[in-house]
Amino acid sequence: MTKANASTMSGAKMIVKALKDQGVEVVFGYPGGAVLPIYDEIFQQNDIRHILVRHEQGAIHMAEGYARSTGKPGVALVTSGPGATNAVTGLTDALLDSIPLVVLSGQVPTFMIGTDGFQEADTVGITRPCTKMNWLVKDTERLAETIHTAFHVATSGRPGPVLIDIPKDVQFATADYVAREKVKPSHYQPKLKGDLDQITRLVELLETAERPLFYTGGGVINSGPAASQLLRELVEATGVPITSTLMGLGAYPASGKAWLGMLGMHGLYEANLAMHGCDLMINIGARFDDRITGRLADFSPNSVKAHIDIDPSSINKVVRVEVPIIGDVGHVLEDMLRIWKSRGRKVNKEGLAKWWAQIKEWQAVNCLDYKPSTKTIKPQYALQRLEALTKGMDRYITTEVGQHQMWAAQFLGFEDPNRWMTSGGLGTMGYGLPASIGVQIAHPEALVINVAGEASWLMNMQEMGTAMQFRAPVKQFILNNERLGMVRQWQELLHGERYSHSWSESLPDFVKLAEAFGCKGIKCSDPKDLDDAIMEMIRYDGPVIFDCLVEKHENCFPMIPSGKPHNEMLLGEADTQGVIKAGGAVLV
Amino acid sequence: MSALNIKKGSVSHSAYELRDPYAEVIESHTLAVIVANESGVLARVIGLFSGRGYNIDSLTVAEVDHEGHRSRITIVTRGTPQVIEQIKAQLGRLVPVHAVHDLTVEGPSVQRELALIKVAGKGDARIEALRLCEIFRAKVVDSTLESFVFEMTGTPEKIDAFAELLRPLGLSEIARTGVAALSRGV
Repeated sequence: MTKANASTMSGAKMIVKALKDQGVEVVFGYPGGAVLPIYDEIFQQNDIRHILVRHEQGAIHMAEGYARSTGKPGVALVTSGPGATNAVTGLTDALLDSIPLVVLSGQVPTFMIGTDGFQEADTVGITRPCTKMNWLVKDTERLAETIHTAFHVATSGRPGPVLIDIPKDVQFATADYVAREKVKPSHYQPKLKGDLDQITRLVELLETAERPLFYTGGGVINSGPAASQLLRELVEATGVPITSTLMGLGAYPASGKAWLGMLGMHGLYEANLAMHGCDLMINIGARFDDRITGRLADFSPNSVKAHIDIDPSSINKVVRVEVPIIGDVGHVLEDMLRIWKSRGRKVNKEGLAKWWAQIKEWQAVNCLDYKPSTKTIKPQYALQRLEALTKGMDRYITTEVGQHQMWAAQFLGFEDPNRWMTSGGLGTMGYGLPASIGVQIAHPEALVINVAGEASWLMNMQEMGTAMQFRAPVKQFILNNERLGMVRQWQELLHGERYSHSWSESLPDFVKLAEAFGCKGIKCSDPKDLDDAIMEMIRYDGPVIFDCLVEKHENCFPMIPSGKPHNEMLLGEADTQGVIKAGGAVLV
Repeated sequence: MSALNIKKGSVSHSAYELRDPYAEVIESHTLAVIVANESGVLARVIGLFSGRGYNIDSLTVAEVDHEGHRSRITIVTRGTPQVIEQIKAQLGRLVPVHAVHDLTVEGPSVQRELALIKVAGKGDARIEALRLCEIFRAKVVDSTLESFVFEMTGTPEKIDAFAELLRPLGLSEIARTGVAALSRGV
C-alpha cells in the first residue's frame, strides 16, 4: 500500500494537477455521471478554466479551434457512453487534420466494465481508429503518467488527437502523483532532422530547375511559426512560386509576391496549372490528397517530386516521389536554406523568368471572376467586402464545410499562420461555430469570424449558448442560399439537375434565433447595405448571427471535376456543359 | 458497358485509385512487428489492416519479453510493392509499435508453423496415414483405435501438402498456429 504523503491524492485530483503541470489553461467539456469526481475537483480550483459546451461534438471542435489558433494542444472532457460517442466526429476530424488534442472521457467503474452498465460504451474500442493513440487507465497508479505520455504523443511527430478513458473508481481511488518530469521518456520519439543527403539532392534540383514550385500544406503550420518564417525566407530568396493546400493557408502570406493562391479542386487556375506544368515540385508538409491531385495518372506528369513530411507513411502513399525527406518541416527547411546558401544561392534565373512569364499569363485569366449583381448579394462579393472591411484587423477565420468554405479560401487573404481554421480532411459540417468559440476563448480580444453556410451552421447551432455564457463575441457570418450549396452544385453538374433533398423547407428566422439566444441578429439581402451591415457586426460587442441572404444558385468555380486532371479545369458556367462524364459521378 | 461500371484496378478513371501503376505484381511478405504488450495493441494492428483494406494471410502473436512487456506479432501479408511499403510505414507509426522488420527483404529467414491434424479411420487408410506421418516427420500426439492426432511443424506449404494427402484418408479436423519467423544468422 502506498504510504500517504503530500503527493498522495485521488485520481480526480491527479487529473487536474496533471493538466496544470502540462500548462493547460482551458478545458472544454460537459459533465455526466462518470466524470463527477473530476468536475468536483474542477469546482475547487481556479487555475483551469472550464468551458461548458452544449454538445460534446462542440467541445472537441472548440478544442480544435483552440489548438489550431494557439499551436498548443486542445483539451476536452466528456462523460462515458454518449459523451464519448458524441466526441467521435470531432476526434476523426482532428485525426485527419493532424490537430493535437487530449480528450479525457469518463468510464463506468472497472468492476462494471463489460456488463452493459448504464452509459457504458467500449470507448477505447470505438475511438481506436479515430485517435492517434488511446488508453483505458485501470489503475490510479498509472493515471498521471498516462496523462503526461498522452500530451507527449498528441504533440510529437505528426500531431493528432489522443483519448484517455478513466473509470469512475480510478478517479476516486488514491495513489502517488507522478510529476511530468519524473515520467520516463517515451520510446515514441519521431525523427525531426531530415536526411542531409536527400536535402542536398533537393537543393541541387532547385538550383537547376526551370519550373520549380513549392506546394505547401498544414504540416508547415503544425511545425510552428518558425517553419513559416523559414518558408518565407526560402521563397523570397529563391523567387520560386508557391501554392498551398486549404490546410496550409497563411504559412506564406497571401500578399507575398510569389503567392499563387490555393490549389486543388476549387483552387486557382494559375496554381493548378503551375502544378501541372512544373518540372520540380517541392511538397512541404502536404499529403497529395485527392482534392489536390485530381486524376492521378495525369497528375503533374513532367515533374520531379520531392516530399518533406514528418510521417513516413505519407511518403509514396498516393504519389511516387523521387526525393523523400522524412523530418519536421522547420528542421528540414533550416538545413535546406543553410545548404542552399553555402552552395552559393544558385537558381536557374533564365528558367525562372520564363516560368513566371507563363504564370503571369495564367494569372491574367482572372479565374475568380464572377458576374456581379446590383440586385442580389453574390457570395463572392460578400466575402470580398468582408475581406476589405476586416483586413489588417487582428482577425481569425473559421468556416463550416461547403461552397462558402471554398469561397472563403479563395477570397480571404491570410497573412499569418494559425489564423485560418477549417475542416479539411474530414469535411465536417458543424465544425465552424464551435471552432470559432474555441479560437475566441484563446484570443478574447481578437475578431473571430465563422464564415458559414446556413445548413452547416444549423448542425451545431446549440453552441451559441456557449458563446453567450462565456462572452465569446464570435461573429457568425452565414452565407444563406437556402440550399446545401455544394450538394446542389454537384447535382446540377453530375446528376441531371435533380435536386434531391438539397434544400431546407423551413429555415429558422436567424435574427429571431439570435434574439432567442440573447445575442445580436443582422439580416442583409441588398448589396448596397452590405458594408454597413458588416461594420455593424464587427462593432457589436458580443456574438452576432449575420444572416447574409445570397444568390441561391451560384456555383463555385474554378472547379476540377472529379476524375479530371489539373489542366481540365472548369472556369465558369459556360464550361460545364457535358464536361463531367458519368464516370466522374462515382467519385466524391 | 455503362460508364459507371468501372473496372477495379484501372488507374485511368479515378483520383482515388491508389494502386501503383508501375508494379502490379502481388508479393507475399512476412513482417515481424515488435510491440509493447499493452491492452488493445493487437486490435490496433488488426484494425489497421481491416481499416485500410490490407490482407492478412496469417498472424501469430505472443509476449516474447516478459520483463520488457514486448510481444512479437508475425504477419504474413500480400500486396504490390507500394502497398507493402505502406503497410510497413503505417505499422511503424502506431505509437505502441517499437520496430517493424520485413523478413522477406531483410535477408534469409526461417519460417515455421505448427499444426495439429486429426485423422479418423480404420484399416488400410489408418496405416497409410501413419506411413505419411513418418515420411513427413510428423508426430503422433494422440491415438485411439479409430483416430490419430498428428503434430507437425514446418513451412505452411509443407503442412498444406501433408493435409492434402490426409484428406482422402479421413482428415477430420485441423488446427494451425500461423507462421512464426526469424531471420537467419546473427
